[in-house]
Amino acid sequence: MTDQAIEIEGLVKHFGDVRALDGVDLLAEQGQVLGLLGPNGAGKTTLVRVLATLIKPDAGTARVLDFDVQHDAAALREQIGLAGQYAAVDENLTGLENLTMVGRLYGEPRRSAKARGMELLERFDLLDAASRPTKTYSGGMRRRLDLAAALVARPPVLFLDEPTTGLDPRSRLSLWAVIEGLVAEGTTVLLTTQYLEEADRLADTIAVIDHGRLIAEGTSDQLKDRLGGERLEVRLEDGADPHLAVAVLSAMADEPATVEDGLVRLSVRERHGVIAEAVRRLSDADLGVEDLALRRPTLDDVFLALTGHVAEEHADQEEEQAA
Amino acid sequence: MRRLVTDTLIIAERNLLRLPRAPELLIGFTIQPIMFVLLFRYVFGGAIQTPGYSYVDYLIPGIIVQNTAFGGFATALGLNEDVRKGLIDRFRSLPMSRAAVLGGRTLSDIATNTLSITILLITGVIIGFSFQTSFPEAIAGVGLLLLFGYSFSWFLAFIGLLAKSSETVNSIGFIAVFPLTFISSAFVPVESMPAGLRAFAEVNPFTIIVDAIRHLWLGAPAGNNVWGSIVWSLVIIAVFAPLAVARYRRAAGR
Ligand SMILES: Nc1ncnc2c1ncn2[C@@H]1O[C@H](COP(=O)(O)OP(=O)(O)OP(=O)(O)O)[C@@H](O)[C@H]1O
Ligand SMILES: [Mg+2]
Repeated sequence: MTDQAIEIEGLVKHFGDVRALDGVDLLAEQGQVLGLLGPNGAGKTTLVRVLATLIKPDAGTARVLDFDVQHDAAALREQIGLAGQYAAVDENLTGLENLTMVGRLYGEPRRSAKARGMELLERFDLLDAASRPTKTYSGGMRRRLDLAAALVARPPVLFLDEPTTGLDPRSRLSLWAVIEGLVAEGTTVLLTTQYLEEADRLADTIAVIDHGRLIAEGTSDQLKDRLGGERLEVRLEDGADPHLAVAVLSAMADEPATVEDGLVRLSVRERHGVIAEAVRRLSDADLGVEDLALRRPTLDDVFLALTGHVAEEHADQEEEQAA
Repeated sequence: MRRLVTDTLIIAERNLLRLPRAPELLIGFTIQPIMFVLLFRYVFGGAIQTPGYSYVDYLIPGIIVQNTAFGGFATALGLNEDVRKGLIDRFRSLPMSRAAVLGGRTLSDIATNTLSITILLITGVIIGFSFQTSFPEAIAGVGLLLLFGYSFSWFLAFIGLLAKSSETVNSIGFIAVFPLTFISSAFVPVESMPAGLRAFAEVNPFTIIVDAIRHLWLGAPAGNNVWGSIVWSLVIIAVFAPLAVARYRRAAGR
């Protein structure tokens, strides 16, 4: 027995010509949150489905709590909870009936399954709707119920596929608190997300995947460090020429500045003296500045830099194929 | 094994719980067949010759068989919805018996079929149907209907898992199953059909089961119909249950 909760090696899954997973290696320690980040179609859901024993990989191995997803699938199912990308609740059952059914299918007697259901409904703020068919629930309420269903058996490993998509900010915050609570109790969580803020806040390790391949892995800070340096952002006054600003600022860094929506951006190595020099250069060029700030790269920058790069490669491949 | 039984019962209970909340289905089981009985009895009945029987006696076994076959559409539509809505993913990620979702589905069809057979028999008796046989024979007829309906549920379970949408399920119902029930002895004597159609109708399993029920309820000649119906039912189960289970294992959510 290792202390790795999730061990993935060389995982491959095809759908026809699509290589949804193209040789993924990944580890997650027990009690950790592994955040899986990637654009649409990257293969996140496919990876979750392999780990949750819903589909078989074409090559490679995946072990969860030392259970092989293929050979020990039945035993593994006792250990996992899944909240898929789309809320999987029975619309014609009430919230409580849904949770009770899941509890009983885990082997609980009806009475305790019901008690556990009530407990979870309370935790997810659904008590008022407990005896209403879920087709009357809002999208966010369904999402929360689905998540509650994943927690019914208090599984030591949780797979959450975009758990907060479609939730309002308040529900999102309360869900984050729930996940943090579970992790504090020792639950291992693998979550996919489109929200970098979510990965930043929850994940101990972030794995970025694109086109079925792992393109970066590390803590949020490690990923940000890979981009190096700081970001200088300048918003000019109306009428000032951003291209002139690019010209005068680019001399300060290795790479030229960029303009997007009137915001001039520049990566700089050294924090020291940057603001003063930028202001001096801009006023020498007679450019009025409305706002100027220096900040660390966000995960957004990382994501864009990483997946943007891969997208280019992909475009090249397509051109080759077309030729 | 114990797991299979309890899980199957849990799923069957779930299906039955849903029923009153999805009135379309309940109407399909109750109002619609009653309407058909009345239409056939009073609109077509006068024009159809059924030597040896009053039309209402002739009709009731036929229409109940047709309705029992359609009872399995609850399974087809329900499973199809479960796949599309991702509920099958939830079930497949649970440590439950693999066969229970299908077993529970087909089992709950037995309950709904019992309900609709009862409703149709009551309707039939009100408009003049009467059993010509002993009570045990009448009950045996109901048992045979339920067995046949159960086998058809497995066929429809397979269809429901295969189809991409509920519209597909419905068109299979109307394009394949509906004509099949009509080109049989269910509503008119096969002797009245043109030669080619008649040849088909005579080997159609629906004719065999309808004639078996007429034997058990009206004392019509037995022939091999009762045994034939049992064999047909078992063959349909033997073919489609494994196909449906194999399909279920691979069923992908969205
Ligand atoms: N059942 C399937 N049949 C065919 N192709 C599939 C199937 N499931 C996934 N794919 C393909 O595999 C690739 C990866 O899909 P996947 O759903 O894993 O992406 P994702 O990262 O979850 O995307 P999203 O953010 O949109 O949810 C996509 O190109 C998708 O079209
Ligand atoms: Mg996805």
